[in-house]
Amino acid sequence: MFGISDPGIYLAYLLVFLCVIFAVVYGIVNWNKGGTDNTLPLEEDIKWEEEELKIKEDEA
Amino acid sequence: MNTFTLGLIVLIYLLSLTYLGIKGYRQTKTSSDYLLAGRQIHPFVMAVSYGATFISSSAIIGFGGIAANFGMGLIWLTFLNMFVGVVIAFIFFGRKTREMGHKLDAHTFPEFIGKSFNSKSIQIFAGALIFVSMPLYAAVVLKGGAVFIEKIFEIDYNIALFVFTLIIAAYVVAGGIKGVMYTDALQGSIMFISMFFLLFWTYKTIGMNFSEANRNLTEMAQLVPEKLQSMGHLGWTSMPAFGSSWWYTLVTSLIMGVGIGVLAQPQLVVRFMTVRSNKELNRAVLIGTVFIAVTTGIIYTVGAVSNIFFMQTEGKIAIEVLKDVDKIIPEFIKLAMPSWFAAVFMLTILSASMSTLSSQFHAMGSSIGRDVVSTLMKRPHNNTLITRLGVVVSIIVSYIICYTLSMGVIARGTAIFFGICAASFLPAYFCAIYWKRATRKAAFASMVSGFGISLLMLLFTHQKESAALGISQAIFGKPALFDQMPWPVLDPIMIALPISIVVIVAVSLLTPKQKAVTVAA
Repeated sequence: MFGISDPGIYLAYLLVFLCVIFAVVYGIVNWNKGGTDNTLPLEEDIKWEEEELKIKEDEA
Repeated sequence: MNTFTLGLIVLIYLLSLTYLGIKGYRQTKTSSDYLLAGRQIHPFVMAVSYGATFISSSAIIGFGGIAANFGMGLIWLTFLNMFVGVVIAFIFFGRKTREMGHKLDAHTFPEFIGKSFNSKSIQIFAGALIFVSMPLYAAVVLKGGAVFIEKIFEIDYNIALFVFTLIIAAYVVAGGIKGVMYTDALQGSIMFISMFFLLFWTYKTIGMNFSEANRNLTEMAQLVPEKLQSMGHLGWTSMPAFGSSWWYTLVTSLIMGVGIGVLAQPQLVVRFMTVRSNKELNRAVLIGTVFIAVTTGIIYTVGAVSNIFFMQTEGKIAIEVLKDVDKIIPEFIKLAMPSWFAAVFMLTILSASMSTLSSQFHAMGSSIGRDVVSTLMKRPHNNTLITRLGVVVSIIVSYIICYTLSMGVIARGTAIFFGICAASFLPAYFCAIYWKRATRKAAFASMVSGFGISLLMLLFTHQKESAALGISQAIFGKPALFDQMPWPVLDPIMIALPISIVVIVAVSLLTPKQKAVTVAA
């Protein structure tokens, strides 16, 4: 295929192309997904953090 | 191309970098800005910056030269660079790292692992390990850039190295990661466009299309020198003979070491923490994958094909024309490309080196400044000055190491660092994200064992390094401890990484559960 006789080499080229296609499709499909900033602390997390701090203080 | 035009192109380029460095500096007010760009980076900047940091002069000059010498087997590395280095890294590691990084208020990779396991010792150890081992990687990249400046401007190598180091130092110290990432994006864009031209012009010069060139290369297999044949070289369009010494080097060091090692690269992981939400990471998957496919895919293919060019013009294959692997690509560009492109390509190489170096210096500086010194001194983590001092120290250390390097070490130096990172950090990093049961002691033990075994193998079994370092010779009277295959050519990562994984699992199960700080799902 394409003048390459070793399947070990053209398989690598094939995988490169498949990977590009996957990434392009993935990128387009998810272009606007995951936009909400879920890193802002939830109430539960704040509580957890406070608890952690308390434990740390006690340890110290 | 005359010196004036060449100088003008470089001047415009340097002014653009200065502008972006100053832009980064002006926007840097807090240590979060300096270390993580205030977690507000645009997805295009993030993805191209990641790609440009990943793909250095080492990939283009060092690995491109390896492709010229040993052929297209390196395309496997392109595949792993894309699939593991971008798809797996962004989707499975990036999102969690970003979310956890924010929740843990981590600003550096060691701080991320340290805080995940609630351990300052882990943070300090990781920071120190990066500071000790990364200068080797920085030094080979530095050398790649300096050699190119020396060739194109025909100036003394020492002056080239000094000026080059100064330019990078200026914008890393001042601009923090914003300056680094803005300049990366410009540099990445130059790299991307240049590669297409390189591909087009290479085939035009040799007067063949892709298939014809490959057929020609296949037929040239008989020209492989005897020495390379004995190492397992079967031609430029074939994989090396299974189990041969070159097969082990290609598969275990270059493909596995660099291909997997990328997951635990501190300067790359920190980029996940610079974006605001997962949307930016999703978009970055597309941009990053295409970037890596184009840059590495083209240079490895062109590297192999350069043999046809050297055969047509000099009547010899690339490695017979240039004895040093690291010089093949620069010489090919000089001879085969139009002179204006040689100047643009020089900017590509400079860009590739500078984008990687700036991130390395930033990572080393923050490791020693924030993770080691600040943590030991128990000072509040808002001191950018210590980090900036750390950057300065790391630049000086890398600059000094650069002088001690021999030629032909660029790809190897990179592979050593990637391998050490994978063995030391990958299991702990993975468990920090995905395995709540992993304990602090287990993570620490895994890091120590991964690093320790890598070091022992470099000193005593992997012949290339053990022979050069001479410690095995001094103690045991032979360059490497074991003579039988595959030990002299088996990369440390193949032993150190599995042991590091076993250690973290076993020690975790043997030590009492601790309250998880991770937000692993």
